[in-house]
Amino acid sequence: MIRCKTSKEIGGMGHSVKRKEDARFIQGKGHYVDDIHLPGMLHMDIVRSPYAYAKIKSINAEEALKIPGVLAVVTGKDLEKYNLHWMPTLMSDTQMVLPTDTVMYQAQEVAAVIATDRYAARDGKEAVIVEYEPMKPVIDPHKSLDPGAPVLRTDKPGKNDNHIWHWEVGDKTATEKIFAEADVVVKEQMHIPRIHVASIETCGCVADYDKVNNHLTMYMTTQAPHAIRTVIALVAGHVGLTEEKIRVVSPDIGGGFGGKVPVYPGYVIAIAVSFLVGKPVKWVEDRSENLQADSFARDYHITAEMAGTKDGKILATRFKILADHGYTDASANPSKFPTGLFSIGTGSYDYGAAFMEADAVYTNKPPGGVAYRCSFRVTEAVHAIERITDRFAFEIGKDPAQLRMENFIKKEDFPWKSPTGWTYDSGDYHAGLLKAMEVVGYEELRKEQAEKRERGELMGIGISTFTEIVGAGPSRDFDILGIKMFDSAEIRVHPTGKAIARFGTKSQGQGHETTYAQIIAEELGIPAEHIQVEEGDTDTAPYGLGTYASRSTPTAGAAAAVAARKLRDKARKIAAYLLEVSEEDLEWEPGKFFVKGAPEKAKTIQEIVFAAYTNHPLGMEAGFEATHYYDPPNLTFPSGAYICVVDIDKETGEIKVRRFVAIDDCGNIINPMIVQGQVHGGLTQGLAPAMYEQLIYDEDGNILNGTFMDYLVPTAVESPNWETGHTVTPSPHHPIGAKGVGESPTVGAPPAIANAIVDALSHLGVTHIDIPITPFKVWKILKEKGVAQ
Amino acid sequence: MKNPSEEQSSMQEKKGVSRRAFLRGAGLTTAGTVALSAGLLSFKLEDAKAPPAILGPGEAEVRFVVNGQARTIWVEPRTTLAEALREHLSLTGAKVVCDRGSCSACTVWVDGKPVNSCITLAVDVSGREVTTIEGLAQGDELHPVQEAFIEHDASMCGFCTPGMVMSCAALLKRNPNPGLEDVKLATSGNLCRCGTYPKVFEATLAAAKKMKK
Repeated sequence: MIRCKTSKEIGGMGHSVKRKEDARFIQGKGHYVDDIHLPGMLHMDIVRSPYAYAKIKSINAEEALKIPGVLAVVTGKDLEKYNLHWMPTLMSDTQMVLPTDTVMYQAQEVAAVIATDRYAARDGKEAVIVEYEPMKPVIDPHKSLDPGAPVLRTDKPGKNDNHIWHWEVGDKTATEKIFAEADVVVKEQMHIPRIHVASIETCGCVADYDKVNNHLTMYMTTQAPHAIRTVIALVAGHVGLTEEKIRVVSPDIGGGFGGKVPVYPGYVIAIAVSFLVGKPVKWVEDRSENLQADSFARDYHITAEMAGTKDGKILATRFKILADHGYTDASANPSKFPTGLFSIGTGSYDYGAAFMEADAVYTNKPPGGVAYRCSFRVTEAVHAIERITDRFAFEIGKDPAQLRMENFIKKEDFPWKSPTGWTYDSGDYHAGLLKAMEVVGYEELRKEQAEKRERGELMGIGISTFTEIVGAGPSRDFDILGIKMFDSAEIRVHPTGKAIARFGTKSQGQGHETTYAQIIAEELGIPAEHIQVEEGDTDTAPYGLGTYASRSTPTAGAAAAVAARKLRDKARKIAAYLLEVSEEDLEWEPGKFFVKGAPEKAKTIQEIVFAAYTNHPLGMEAGFEATHYYDPPNLTFPSGAYICVVDIDKETGEIKVRRFVAIDDCGNIINPMIVQGQVHGGLTQGLAPAMYEQLIYDEDGNILNGTFMDYLVPTAVESPNWETGHTVTPSPHHPIGAKGVGESPTVGAPPAIANAIVDALSHLGVTHIDIPITPFKVWKILKEKGVAQ
Repeated sequence: MKNPSEEQSSMQEKKGVSRRAFLRGAGLTTAGTVALSAGLLSFKLEDAKAPPAILGPGEAEVRFVVNGQARTIWVEPRTTLAEALREHLSLTGAKVVCDRGSCSACTVWVDGKPVNSCITLAVDVSGREVTTIEGLAQGDELHPVQEAFIEHDASMCGFCTPGMVMSCAALLKRNPNPGLEDVKLATSGNLCRCGTYPKVFEATLAAAKKMKK
């Protein structure tokens, strides 16, 4: 089990320290954007398009302006005067803030109503009359490149089709040769559907522009406050809002999951209005606006192929992707690769050839996508490789666990170079799967399944043994609009030995206030409870790129450790001075330096810190502070072995997840309690797309499930009893050997569930079902196969 | 563009009816309000209950007890209880998430029973007792469910937490011996996107055990 180097009082790594943030959350004292009230604050609501594709003939605000409390209606034409009607996306595409002539997707922002209170703003929104001339939209991405398809982005000079980009990686020739000569080739079409992060708090902001001092304070739901500050300065610099005049504050955030990385038009409009009227402007979108207009994820159509030998050796894989980005490529993707980290899709298996290619297209759907609780596009990649691996096992009649065991990259082969160019840092895949099989009782389950099949009952066992790629990232490959993806920590220890530490990341529920304190406690021996952690205020925190892609521990967590070690080096010098010995004669144990062989001659970290302010050696800089900007040398590669057991009602198609065993390897663990919570949450968010969630559009581009009544977020009732466990393979290049964990279960769970359901039906000849796998889909299959009456 | 009015309309305690005046009218002192049992107070508030047949279009008076204190606010009749608590009384613990009763993040108690405050009109709680997450602790002493939420790590981003805590605490009030299925049912309306459900179950069952001791 986990061995702790520090005492419980210090509470360093490995201790299940209770979360510091909970005290305020459980008393209703969390402070979120919508809880902010500023004197004279105005409220903004947004008029949205009912059509997926239409010309705007006119916008009439007359009636709206008659409503008491309604002050203004802002349109694209108003913003055009200040050249604020367009903005760049994080993928260097462009996006309308407000349209001047055409709407490109249903629920697109059309005009903003400014009023003295929220209700008046909503009344005003209902009273704005917009006249549209609807046009036939492009909804199906497969038809987007058809010769007759309307060209959607007429704003782009010379653009004559709906193609956005093409990307490819791997050795095409070598892969094709293997496929041509292989004994066995399997192939499946998969759709990883458009889903929504649906963080329980929607997006919103309070833009507070102070005319007198030409200063903007932007309170907003952002996972990346510093990057946003820079983006605002880039967009609004021409009207005098330069970066030193902008403060972005990200207060408590009610869940992000990638949806709070991008810049949405509402933020920009709120800033523009506050800038023009000199008053604070609050905009908080409602649930349907959130589900309908922003933060979608996935929507990859994948053709996955695997080539191998008859006895089960994987030889090559080939993936072809059609990516539906909607109206603009507004991905929140900090890598140099348009498909993000999809190229991790060769998985946990040792083979030499892979080729992947992708084409992205525009359609009349909301723009995106975001990396919903995964390093960008890793979920799609893992689903493809884990499903096609099962498909291969089925084809040759081999047990999928056995097949995986025979093809895993061996522990001793790390660092391992993948056919798509990644260097996996470490892993022990055999140990993970063996543990999962033991916990779940794999052999007995297979026997039970065989018996049940005899009796005509449907039971399935699904495996997913995934490799994640997180911690973006090394500056050579990762940036946001050119800013490298390092992250930062600043530690200040006060004379009395208590500390404040600030970070460039931003927690949205991950428990940073607790875990960062534990990392510093581990390195300095100052009790975690005496370390105050602050994030999210660009005026005080060191520059960083924020929290997503499981990057906080790999980057800012590493920065905390390195900064703390700088302080420990200083502490050693001070201790040597105080104890009148040379530095080499000192030994460290958490919380104190002592003289080798004479442990009674010691100075505690608190005594040393006090001396740094009161009695520091001549020539040494006073004080006890350190900052570090950490540029990771490599990404980290968490892995996991998940096994899911399902029972299916053969008459109704109802699917019951009976068991779910998740063995994660996230390297060294900082706080086991928090890690378990993260795994529970991630698994629930993996269950969601596997069985419940998908944003559905009709052929006219109307969203059919844009509320919580019909977009099915799992509730307490659907939540299975997750059985969690760990193997620990530290990252060799990370200062504390940690890898990051928040996203692994979201990535690993869907294929485990899908594989289990397909496994339950495999004897009927079923080889693939697209997620979400609903009872209806299963019932239809059972009906077709003559199983259901 | 019209000039924004300096003060927003419909702020609390306007039209000459101050909380102090109301308390005098009800024959109570401020100190007495806090000390008195909520039962007696709600009895006194019965007087304020019978509303006129038609409310609006102007603002309507709502007199109610919030977390043991008598409060009077003037709101448009369409104002929800969630809006009244958050915007008029600065009790921002209850969260507005779906605004249509499908997620329970806005759960508060009305006369001790959990309701979705986003689909309850403020005027409908006139004369009744409202308990919000801010009023669940007794002074500095947390409710056992609150304590258990910390102990069992039942909160992540914290946004659904106030509603979740109110649902779980309400369950323990009506059923001191719940089983796992009871907790699941009691929280089945509370969406938690972070997926803390297993720890919520654990925390609530632990709190039930503790309350029996």
